[in-house]
Amino acid sequence: MEHTSGLERALRGVALALIVVFFLFPILWIFLMSFQTNEEILRIPPSPFFTPTLGNYAALISGKLTTVSGTLDIAFMRNLWNSVLLSTASVAIALVLGVPAAYAFARFKFRLGEDIAFTLLSFRFAPPLLVLLPLSLYFQQLGLTDTYAGLIWVYQLIALPLILWIVRGYFEDISPDIEHAYRVAGHSWWSTFTRIAVPLAGPGIAAAGLLAFIFCWNNFVFALILASADKQPVTVGALAFVTASGIQYGQIAAAIVLSVTPTLALALYAQRYLVEGLSLGAVKG
Amino acid sequence: MPQLAIRDLRKSFKDAVVLDGVTLDVEPGEIVCVFGPSGAGKTVLLRLVAGVETCDSGVVALAGRDVTEAPPETRGVGMAFQNFALFPHMSAFDNIASPLTARRAAPATIKTKVEKIAALLKIGHVLEHAPRELSNGQKQRTALARALVADPKVLLLDDPLRNVDAKLRYEMRLELPSLLKASGATALYVTQDYKEAMALGDRIAVLIDGRFVQVATPGAIYREPASIGVARLFGDPTVNLIPVEPVIRPEGLTVHIAGCIVPLSRRYEHAAGRACMLGVRPEAILVDESPMADGFPVELEAVTPLNEKTLLLLRANDGRELLASEAGEDAAPRRHGVAHARFDPDALLLFDAASGERIPPKA
Repeated sequence: MEHTSGLERALRGVALALIVVFFLFPILWIFLMSFQTNEEILRIPPSPFFTPTLGNYAALISGKLTTVSGTLDIAFMRNLWNSVLLSTASVAIALVLGVPAAYAFARFKFRLGEDIAFTLLSFRFAPPLLVLLPLSLYFQQLGLTDTYAGLIWVYQLIALPLILWIVRGYFEDISPDIEHAYRVAGHSWWSTFTRIAVPLAGPGIAAAGLLAFIFCWNNFVFALILASADKQPVTVGALAFVTASGIQYGQIAAAIVLSVTPTLALALYAQRYLVEGLSLGAVKG
Repeated sequence: MPQLAIRDLRKSFKDAVVLDGVTLDVEPGEIVCVFGPSGAGKTVLLRLVAGVETCDSGVVALAGRDVTEAPPETRGVGMAFQNFALFPHMSAFDNIASPLTARRAAPATIKTKVEKIAALLKIGHVLEHAPRELSNGQKQRTALARALVADPKVLLLDDPLRNVDAKLRYEMRLELPSLLKASGATALYVTQDYKEAMALGDRIAVLIDGRFVQVATPGAIYREPASIGVARLFGDPTVNLIPVEPVIRPEGLTVHIAGCIVPLSRRYEHAAGRACMLGVRPEAILVDESPMADGFPVELEAVTPLNEKTLLLLRANDGRELLASEAGEDAAPRRHGVAHARFDPDALLLFDAASGERIPPKA
């Protein structure tokens, strides 16, 4: 047992409260903003008391942005759908390609293996803008500009190295004898991979997939340059709220709440598996 | 035809030679203990037979079929790993059942077979538990059950008792021989414990530095070890080794030990004049308080009674220490001080000092 004095506990409580406020207050404030009109948000002094309105959400969902200078069409729901589609498809493809590759890098020693793995990681070193310029030229030649396929391909630069390197570590942590035992029992290489290696690295795969999803979701520049309005994700679509007649804070807040929700839900869902996976750790004899 | 034939197997990791030409035949139903110090290559040998490691050269044949290049799942052997290697995400039942599911057995057959082997190994009550909920002993039994359940023709056991406590090890050492005999499998059993090897093996294959230095029955290895190295590995306490040079005298073949003349069997006459090592097992030294014929005086320095025997530490006139043991606890009360020792001439071992190999007596 740990013995702590009352003062120590109080100080710890204060420190924890400060950290929670520091990280969660902006999110709470944005959540509150999303139920306010622009006038209420911009009044001085700001006040936490207001009459809640669903107008911001209504505007986003209907796609009609009403400003003092008239009504604008915005494609927010379309953007949100694009984000879901792009991120999900990118992570799915990255998992299909990355998990077997990670297994190969973890288990087999082959010529240039380390070099290939490092090259894949180095994709993360290059500033995206540096890659984008030549890439946009290639994409025009290949006819991939402004296509989902093109974007999903480019998103592999984000998702694949992440999944490869995280999952590889998890595979390396599994005792090879566990896989050997399964094969000696008479199972093929493939069923050993799917029934032993993948389930045991499950928490790692979930963590890597979640992280890759968040990185894809938050990406801005790739879609900004390589896609036009109807293929753009929310990160780029949010630019539409900066209008000629001012910035629509209420709608932006509502858009942020809506666009954070899927990643948050996914994180909360995956968390169960992450914890479950960690308690499975009794691998050693 | 041997059930398992290993021919001139070689394996190196980078520059380190682990197996340097190993040859062994194991007959159907025979248990061969592969015994040797750690790092001798025992585990690697087992892994080569199982197929989870590939050899540099040589042949592994199971029931006459060359499987050197065959993947592990086609070899049909059962294996128990030293660290158990249970599948952590499956219940004990599914762990044990895995060789049967691989052979696509019917669910009812699987259930019957798993429950039968589990009852035999006394783990029937923990079949639904995950490996992390099992004690070390139960894990070890689960691993054994998994190796045995599909009635493999060849069973490979990699020091299965190493990671369990002393009481359980003792228990299993008693149970395993009948279990293995009942299964009828040909077994290769790796161990670092010479007592385990003596208790379990029909034959013992002594592996030192990647080579079999002797393959023989436990009794033969103890009585007629091929070399000094083998003699030292078997026996507790270890064999006493004394440098000697046998000489032929009118009264027979003798050696000088601590200024005294000790007779040696005439059957060692061909060793006269060679630099030799005399190996004396502790139980081959007879100690008495009064002088004996062919004996020599010693100082009795320490007496350590164990339950089944008493160890005596002797010091000869030239300062050489000798360990003797007597059956029973305090067969005769012992006092420290002057005593006399005599070697049992029939139990002496003679080795060539340069090569370390045993010099066999003439018939």
